[in-house]
Amino acid sequence: MSEGRAVASFRSITLAVAWRSVHNFLTNPAFLVPAVVFPLFFFTAFAGGLSSVAKVPGFDFPSGYTAFQFVFVLLQSAAFGGVFTGFGIARDFESGFARRFLLAAGNRNGIVAGYALAALVRAFFTWTVLTTIALLAGMEVGGEGVELFGLYGLAVLVNLTATMWAAGVAMRVRSIQGGPLMQFPTFLILFLAPVYVPLSLLSGWIHAVASVNPVTALLEAGRGFISGEPAAVALAFAVAVALPVLFALWARGGLRRAEAAG
Amino acid sequence: MKGRLRTQVGQLAHRSVLRTLRQPAQIVPALVFPLFLLAVNSGGLKDATNLPGFPTDSYLSFALAVPFMQGALFSVMNTGTDLARDIETGFLNRLALTPLRGAALLSGLLAGAVVLGLVQAATYLIVGLVAGAELVTGLGGALTIVALSVSITVAFGSIGLFAALRTGSGEAVQSLFPVFFVFLFISAMALPLNLIQTNWFHDVASANPVTYLLEAFRSLLFEGWDLGALALGFGIAAAVLAVGLLAASAALKTRLVRT
Repeated sequence: MSEGRAVASFRSITLAVAWRSVHNFLTNPAFLVPAVVFPLFFFTAFAGGLSSVAKVPGFDFPSGYTAFQFVFVLLQSAAFGGVFTGFGIARDFESGFARRFLLAAGNRNGIVAGYALAALVRAFFTWTVLTTIALLAGMEVGGEGVELFGLYGLAVLVNLTATMWAAGVAMRVRSIQGGPLMQFPTFLILFLAPVYVPLSLLSGWIHAVASVNPVTALLEAGRGFISGEPAAVALAFAVAVALPVLFALWARGGLRRAEAAG
Repeated sequence: MKGRLRTQVGQLAHRSVLRTLRQPAQIVPALVFPLFLLAVNSGGLKDATNLPGFPTDSYLSFALAVPFMQGALFSVMNTGTDLARDIETGFLNRLALTPLRGAALLSGLLAGAVVLGLVQAATYLIVGLVAGAELVTGLGGALTIVALSVSITVAFGSIGLFAALRTGSGEAVQSLFPVFFVFLFISAMALPLNLIQTNWFHDVASANPVTYLLEAFRSLLFEGWDLGALALGFGIAAAVLAVGLLAASAALKTRLVRT
């Protein structure tokens, strides 16, 4: 196959898989509602219920507690958008649809790319709603154009990482029973970061774990972007670029396993 | 007549208890997930005890009330999913051919929730105390916490029964989990009512019965014997159980007519 035809084949498979996944997402309330409601619910519970935490001595986040929690919920929704896409892949394998994809696709990497593109479209939909609600709720944004671009750029990379992780699991397990395996580690790594207060205010074992958790760098950079005081940017982007590359290899391994399983 | 009812309840309770104990997939998440969140929240929100008006020096003691409520939420799912499976597999239809009474069916099915509630309450309490939580009311308080936890677990389990009988689908019962989680999150789960600053959140949390269930546990853990808080906690559990059982009985009648 010539290089041009290979690219065209990859693109057409990617778009076809992405379109089907996005269409399912937008037309099925069972998929759409949790994806939008869950982040809003976490945002409401954390930013609304815990706002007095901003008065804890040593808490000096300039844009206020709503913006502080917005960054966590944005990255969390990015990660769970990827995980929910993994559920879709598992469902496709259970129903046999994914096997038809494997038979029809000239370039099977396009299947994974299609799911990743769909995850990103889903995430953009959720972020639009979340950001609108946060701004209506009076969230203070200290960052400017480039900084906000950096914040959403981090979210895109987190979404890609989670999609690759969940796709790798889904294509190995090929059943929705693998759902907890996709979801629980994601949940674990997110909540072992400085969720409620900055790292400097954590102590004990949670401080030790959060200090080596890569999500901490992402959260600190994201919070720096939204407050207009960028921090740990190089480390955060190094982590945010390395993780999707690493998990793309994991997803590729999953694809090979699925191909071998027939 | 009473003897026959007792036999029916006993048989179904035996089956329900065995079924619960034989499904680690039901027990393990109900134990691990709340304890994980307890560890994370008590570490992450430790400094909240420095806020003026916070009722205790130990956030762990404050947060220890939450796993009991999360455990009760798992009871909705487990009890409901078990009954939904009986409906999906046709087991309920076969039961309907026997002289089994509705009351026996419902109370027998809740026996599994009692066992799960006991295991959960003992585990959360032991882990919490080992980790350093306070228990100012001593052994009597520990027993009352277990009793309250089991009451709430059974009460929530009755809602699971209603959901299963109404929908007949395990998937539909599972999808209720986030709905119940909303009740937990929009309560005084993370901070006491007096420290919730956002007005609308404070109003919703004040009207949310889950807040008072949490306060009943907290009174025993670090405040001392507060009969008002306990009466409210047990009263809410009894009211939820009554509503759940009434709704489940009505749904059972409809379900049996349909089949």
